[in-house]
Amino acid sequence: MTTSMNPSSRPQSASAAPDTCLSLENVSISYGNGKNVAVNNVFMEIPKGKVTAFIGPSGCGKSTVLRALNRMNDLIEGCGLTGRVLFDGQDLYDKRVDPVEVRRRIGMVFQKPNPFPKSIYENIAFGARINGFQGDMDELVETSLRKAALWDEAKDKLKESGFSLSGGQQQRLCIARTIAVEPEVILMDEPCSALDPISTLKIEETMHELKKTFTIVIVTHNMQQATRVSDLTGFFNVTNMPDYEGKVGCLEEFGETERIFNSPAQQATQDYVSGRFG
Amino acid sequence: MYWPNGLSVVSAFVTLEPDMTTSSFSASNQRLGDAAKSSLHRRPNLPRNRWNALFTLLAALFAAIVVLPLVLVLVYVVIKGGSMMSLKMLTELPPAPGMTGGGIGNAILGTLVVSLVAALIAIPVGVGGGIYLAEYSKSGAFASFVRFGTNVLSGVPSIICGVFIYGLIVATRIFFDQSYSAMAGGMALSVLMLPTIIKTTDEGLKLVPQELRWGAIGVGASKFVTITSITLPTAMKPIATGIVLSIARASGETAPLIFTALFSPFWPEGLFSPIASMSVLIYNFAIMPYDVQIALAWATSFVLVMMILVMNIFARYLGSLNRN
Repeated sequence: MTTSMNPSSRPQSASAAPDTCLSLENVSISYGNGKNVAVNNVFMEIPKGKVTAFIGPSGCGKSTVLRALNRMNDLIEGCGLTGRVLFDGQDLYDKRVDPVEVRRRIGMVFQKPNPFPKSIYENIAFGARINGFQGDMDELVETSLRKAALWDEAKDKLKESGFSLSGGQQQRLCIARTIAVEPEVILMDEPCSALDPISTLKIEETMHELKKTFTIVIVTHNMQQATRVSDLTGFFNVTNMPDYEGKVGCLEEFGETERIFNSPAQQATQDYVSGRFG
Repeated sequence: MYWPNGLSVVSAFVTLEPDMTTSSFSASNQRLGDAAKSSLHRRPNLPRNRWNALFTLLAALFAAIVVLPLVLVLVYVVIKGGSMMSLKMLTELPPAPGMTGGGIGNAILGTLVVSLVAALIAIPVGVGGGIYLAEYSKSGAFASFVRFGTNVLSGVPSIICGVFIYGLIVATRIFFDQSYSAMAGGMALSVLMLPTIIKTTDEGLKLVPQELRWGAIGVGASKFVTITSITLPTAMKPIATGIVLSIARASGETAPLIFTALFSPFWPEGLFSPIASMSVLIYNFAIMPYDVQIALAWATSFVLVMMILVMNIFARYLGSLNRN
């Protein structure tokens, strides 16, 4: 983790290889053993230490792409991927790669808060313990909860069940749980879609803290959220593909958030970010 | 009956009723209209209300018939057997035919031993099979075959399980040249327990939300760790309930034990010798021409029924426990 976290202070240039964390090369993903193409020909370079947001209408494959980044799609039967996903220069879909190892270094927070049916303390200790954590567990739990901005609310009830927390707190617990494993990247799949505005705000504040240490990729339906938290934005859209029935997702445009929202190159992006469709 | 104001209306209705044929129905309804239409009170003589009362009565009757055997069996067993309960009864050996005194200590111990052997075999195999079905099999042909086989096995008569183990273990004298043994009895009961345990494990695991598995896998847990430390503990309640119920069912079985564990009038001598059990004791003693033995059979029935009752209540308690 320490070696891969070289803090780069120089200005971000899209093609600067050393700063690239995840790079997608011509990625296409399909379900049902290739019958339904979900997303087609995605090229993307996700830089280190930044927040990258995926936006786009429903069914455009942004969650599918996100799940491809730590091989969560392996759990879906009949899901296939072509192209290459490079993480620090290594192909994640190489035959020799262990998906469990991938997920330890690229953590994930899900749409619905899903704390384990254990105490708050154990929820966080679980991931660290199975990853062979040797140090002071109390300290790790505290720092993880602090980073997820949950410490003040949870410090007096660490022994209570994770379900005793509110929805927004549960989601922050899930973030703390992910942080405790000390991944390099955190993927978030619509982490605030089940939460109220105040919890959403807290999670966004958490993200601002987290991007100092982690690379974050977030899928969101909320464009204001994308403008608030992200440095880069990828706009996914659905299109018709030649010689294929039905709609297919594709990456329409990818660039700095400010540019995507203020002066997008594509008409479709302009229409979407100005709320004309989607 | 609770409508004092409606009574007058009802009596008026009843007097009208004899000439209320199908043809004159609308006419009488018309006449009735002025008196009763405005009233919202219940009129018990309306056909729908009469049918309603009839079917309510029938349902109550059948419900009573359903509960009656349970109540009668319990009461009868408690009266006949419960009155003889004493420490001596629970701790002593049964007397030889023609003698008096004694107890059923060896049969109680035997039932516990045989049930324990059965549980030790059936729990790992059954829970393991259930885990395979719910977590590993990708709903392929093999998994559906196993599920189908489990359903068939749960319908197989218990005596067939006994004969199966008889042929496999007892007749072949596979264990240290012993024929009938506690081990064989336990194995026969474990065959009976398997389908219940497999099914409750399978279904209990399927109830665990998918997000929980993702959460564990998302923090880098392997499949094995996910199952052992997240999925299985979450589904512990239905699995434990199923295990207790299957033990309760198997411990009262007679037929599989007659062929396998046989019986013994002495204290258990080990896992590889014939062993007494409560169900077989009842079977043997109830038809003997001695009053002492018949009384012992009643006492055993009481102990057995109470044991199964307690286990069922325990299973319900397990089922009501809150997940923490």
